[in-house]
Order: sequence, then structure tokens, then C-alpha cells
Amino acid sequence: MTSTAIVRLENVGKQYGKVVSLRNVTLEIGSNEIVGLIGDNGAGKSTLIKVLTGVEQPTSGSIYIRGKKIDAASYSVKEAHNLRIETVYQDSSLGEKQPLWRNFFVGRPITNWLGLIDVKTEKRIAEHIMRTTIGFRGAGIDVDTPVSRLSGGERQGVAIGRAMHFESDLIVLDEPTVALALKEVQRVLDFIRSIKAGGRSCIYIEHNIHHVHEVCDRLVVLDRGEVALDVPASSLSYTELADFLMSLHSARDTSAH
Amino acid sequence: MAEAAHTPGRTARTRTLSDIFKIEGVAIALVFILLVVIFMITAPRAFMGYRVYMSFMATVPPPMVIALGLTLVAVAGEIDLSFPSVVAFASYVFCILYIDYDMTWLALLAATAVGTAMGFINGLVVTKLGIPSLIATLGMLFLWGGLVTVVSNGASLAIPDIQGTLFHTIFAGRLGVFPVQILWALLTAVLIWIVLNRHRFGESLLFIGDSKAVARVVGIATEREKVKLFTLMGAMSAFAGVLLTLETTTYFANAGMGYLLIVVAAVFIGGTSIFGGSGKVVGTVFGSLIVAIIEAGLVASGVQGFWTRFFIGLVFIVSVTLNAAIEDPDKVPLLKQLRSRAKK
Ligand SMILES: Nc1ncnc2c1ncn2[C@@H]1O[C@H](COP(=O)(O)OP(=O)(O)OP(=O)(O)O)[C@@H](O)[C@H]1O
Ligand SMILES: [Mg+2]
Repeated sequence: MTSTAIVRLENVGKQYGKVVSLRNVTLEIGSNEIVGLIGDNGAGKSTLIKVLTGVEQPTSGSIYIRGKKIDAASYSVKEAHNLRIETVYQDSSLGEKQPLWRNFFVGRPITNWLGLIDVKTEKRIAEHIMRTTIGFRGAGIDVDTPVSRLSGGERQGVAIGRAMHFESDLIVLDEPTVALALKEVQRVLDFIRSIKAGGRSCIYIEHNIHHVHEVCDRLVVLDRGEVALDVPASSLSYTELADFLMSLHSARDTSAH
Repeated sequence: MAEAAHTPGRTARTRTLSDIFKIEGVAIALVFILLVVIFMITAPRAFMGYRVYMSFMATVPPPMVIALGLTLVAVAGEIDLSFPSVVAFASYVFCILYIDYDMTWLALLAATAVGTAMGFINGLVVTKLGIPSLIATLGMLFLWGGLVTVVSNGASLAIPDIQGTLFHTIFAGRLGVFPVQILWALLTAVLIWIVLNRHRFGESLLFIGDSKAVARVVGIATEREKVKLFTLMGAMSAFAGVLLTLETTTYFANAGMGYLLIVVAAVFIGGTSIFGGSGKVVGTVFGSLIVAIIEAGLVASGVQGFWTRFFIGLVFIVSVTLNAAIEDPDKVPLLKQLRSRAKK
């Protein structure tokens, strides 16, 4: 790929107190590339995403976005949004007591020069997202419903719908299918395919390696905070990938003894 | 979708009734009216005349303005207890500038600026030192209170001759028998309602109060918004301090102390969530009125003065519990236990 990568992490490390979550991670996400990020629980996948999207500051290393070095001290979620990076986080990113329409637009509301929110427009768009993108047919749910009254899957739907609406160059999905019924999982996979078709990029974190293998161009395996594998998806069959992941376990078990 | 939600079993009458109760403030307005009616019966001589209401409208505005600011603070899941000292400081600055330099408009500006600066510092203490705001602002209550006592040498000031100036007429004069300061308080209420419900700053506060982690992840600069919040609270407390000074035409160091209980009570009686994430501006307006009417009504009904605090405390606890139960019954452990026992 000749064009510059959307994101490039160079020797990024992240420590929480004494816990080392990321160690020397170097990783590139090219344009129009779907990258699957796999690894055990606690491997550091979510931490990587948080560093990449400005939620957490890296302890070491640097981040480049479209070839431009990011100043870690001033990098924030807002900055990531401005750089057209959109994220569906694993932990809830919705305000429980707030209505759906606010949850769609919070952080970047549609306002006039005084900062007053255009509630009517926001509600109209939220309504549209709900009906077309997420496919809420749920009884009694409308844009004024607070998130606390939604099911786990519906919440996930809202977070994904939000990411879909703010079309970005890079969309990060951290275990988006966890709470979803089979049919909704297919919707998410279709969404990822549409990202590819639309010429945009995606990082897809998922424990179901079947899904990952199906939609991704590249596979990256994290193991205890380090990149253990980084290959094109086509170079590895589904069983080879499964075997590799199992081999990580056995290597760890023997080293533990 | 809306049509489907209304099952044919529900009559049009119950629908309009529940719709009326959904309008912000209707329930608490009824509580207020009920109190007025009760006091009209128990203390007819005071409450059947207009005078007691006029006196409310003169005394309620300062605590109401503070309570409106505190509503925003509570929405963000924080609290500010330093306002009595900010009130005193602003009152002192206003008085001294009026006495020494004959300033009125500039004195208002200076007093508000001082309060704004104090609020800004409160905000920095809360965010940069990471002390929970309850403790931080309690400390600042003493710190600012001590400072104003030192600066004023512990003396009181009186500015009786400000009465009759144009400035006094605009902020604390009478339209006939009607005190104009209530209009300033209501104007503040309208502005704060817009800020909370229609402005992006209010939306940030709602999400910060809901969950700080979520607020960060959706791209809200939580620290900066909180500093802004405490700064605004300081400015509003100072404005309230000037309103109070104009009504009483005096400064004394303990001027704001009497507001500590009633302002906090007004906010939470009004239905703003003690857990953060939701606030009722109209509720705060009526909460301020309710607290004031309880104080006056009990005394007028012949209850000994000492009892008023007891009753305000009681009403405070009961209404906060009720509001929490309306929000989520499981948040009240007693109700939760009763409910689980009832199921057995
Ligand atoms: N805020 C935090 N404070 C301390 N340690 C943390 C924090 N967040 C993550 N960690 C630690 O960092 C490591 C990596 O966590 P992370 O959430 O990135 O894992 P993950 O790969 O996303 O796992 P999962 O598949 O379970 O979501 C874990 O050991 C975790 O305990
Ligand atoms: Mg994770």
C-alpha cells in the first residue's frame, strides 16, 4: 500500500501503576483496511484502543495519524473525532439517565453560534438512525427514552448507530457483537463490509475468530501486551489461526512452570 | 409509533392528566400551593393578606439565585458549600466600594468579578487537587470566610443611603408594593433553564453527573467544564450577595451563613437528583419558595421559632427520599427491603 497509513503506533507502551498493559507495540492501519485485533482477556486490546483514541495517554512511544505526529499531552477523544476516528468502546459509553437523542450527539452537538443545541434537528436525525440503521422496532422506545430502559443489545445498537452516523475514516469496534442476537451480529458484520466498500478503515476486536477471519484483511494478535502476530488474513486459514492462538497458551503454560 | 403507544383502554382524561404531571414543575407547584392553603388555614391573619407574599418576594431572590447555580453543580454530581462566604465577600466588596468611592454599577461588577475569581479557584481546588467537592468547598467556606473577616476587620458596614438611587431601584426597588428583585431571580431561572436543557454546557454537565467515565469517552473535557461550573457558581453567589446587600443595606461577615441549609434544601426538594445526571430548574424555583414559606408559615402559625429548622430538615429528608424513590425505588434501601419482603 503506497498511501500513508491512517494510524501508526510506534513502540507504544502503557502502564497502569505497576501493571504493564502494552509493551512496545508497533502497528499500522492502512487506508481501506479492515484489521482484526485478537487476543486473550487482558491481552491489552482495549487499552490499545483507548491509547489510540485519546482516552488514555501512552506511557511511552508515539502515535502518528496520517503521517503527522500526535502530541500525546493534548490528544483527546475530541481530537480523535476531529481526525475522523470513531470508536465503539467495550465498556458502556452511554449516559444512563439521558435520552437517546442526547446520547447520539453528546460531545459534538448541533449548535448555533451561542452554543444552543438544535434539539429538533438532533431528534429528527436520531429518529432516523434508530429506524433505519439500528432497526429498532422495539415497542415503546423512542428518542426520548433514557438509556437505562434499554436492553444490553439495544444499548450496543445505539453505540454502533452513533458510530455509523458520524462517518469516519477509521472506525474502531471493541467487541461490538457481545450482547447481540444472531441477526444483529450479521448486521454488524454487514456494517464492517460496508466500511470496506466505502473505502474506509476499521479495527475490529472480537473473540469469535470465525467472524474476524471472515471479514478482515489483516490479523493482529496481542499477547500479554505485545504484538505476537501481524499477517494478512489470506495467508492463514481459520484452523491455522486457531492453532496459533492455542500455541500461545501452551507456550505460556510451559513458561509458567 | 406514538399512536401505538396509547392503548385503547386508556381514556383521554387520564392521558391528559398524566401529561400535565409530566410538565416540569407541576407536581412541586402543587405541593407549594398545598402549603399555602394549609398556612391560610393555620395562620389566616398573615397568609390571607398580600403583605407576607410581598415580603417573600423580597427575601427569596438571593437564596433562589444561589440555588439555581447549585442546581447546575448538583447536576454534575458535585456540591459547593462555599457560597455563604462568597456571598459575604461580594457583599463586603460592594459596600466598601460604595462607601469609599460612591460606586454602584462598578461595585456590582467588581463584586461579581471577585466572586467569579473565588469560584474559579474553587474549581481548580476540586479538579487539580482531586479533593471531593464536598470536602474541598467546605474547606473553602472557612478559608474565604476567614479571609473576608480579616479583610473587613470583623466590622459590619451599613449603606442606608443607597436606597433611592437609580441602581437600588433597578435591583431592589418596588413596583408599587412589588419587589423587583424577584424578576431578576426569575430571569436567572430562565437563563439557567436554557443553559441546562438547551446549551451544550448543560449537556456536558448532565453527562459528567451521569458518569465521569462516559463523559470522557464521548469527548467532554470534564476538568475544564467543572472549572467553568464552579466559576459560574461563584459569579451567581456574588450576584446573590449584592441582591442581599441591597435589600438589607448592610454587610456583616456571617451574612450568607443562614443560606447554607435552605439553599441546599431548596435544590434537592426541587427534585434535582442527589446522584447527579439530572436537574430540575423549575423545581429549584419552587423549592426555594417552599423552604421560605415553611419558615414563615410555621412562625405565623404559632410554632416556636426553633422548630422551623427541625421542620425544614424533616421536609428535606422526606422529599429527597421521595425523589430518589421516584427515580429508582431500589436506590432507597428501606423500600428495597420492604419490597423484597412483600414478594415472599
Ligand atoms: N484502568 C486500569 N487500571 C489498571 N489496570 C488496568 C486498567 N485498564 C486495564 N488494566 C489492565 O490492563 C490489562 C489489559 O486490559 P485490557 O482491558 O486492555 O484487556 P483486553 O485485551 O481488552 O481484554 P478483554 O478481552 O477481556 O476485553 C489487564 O491486565 C487489565 O487488568
Ligand atoms: Mg477489552
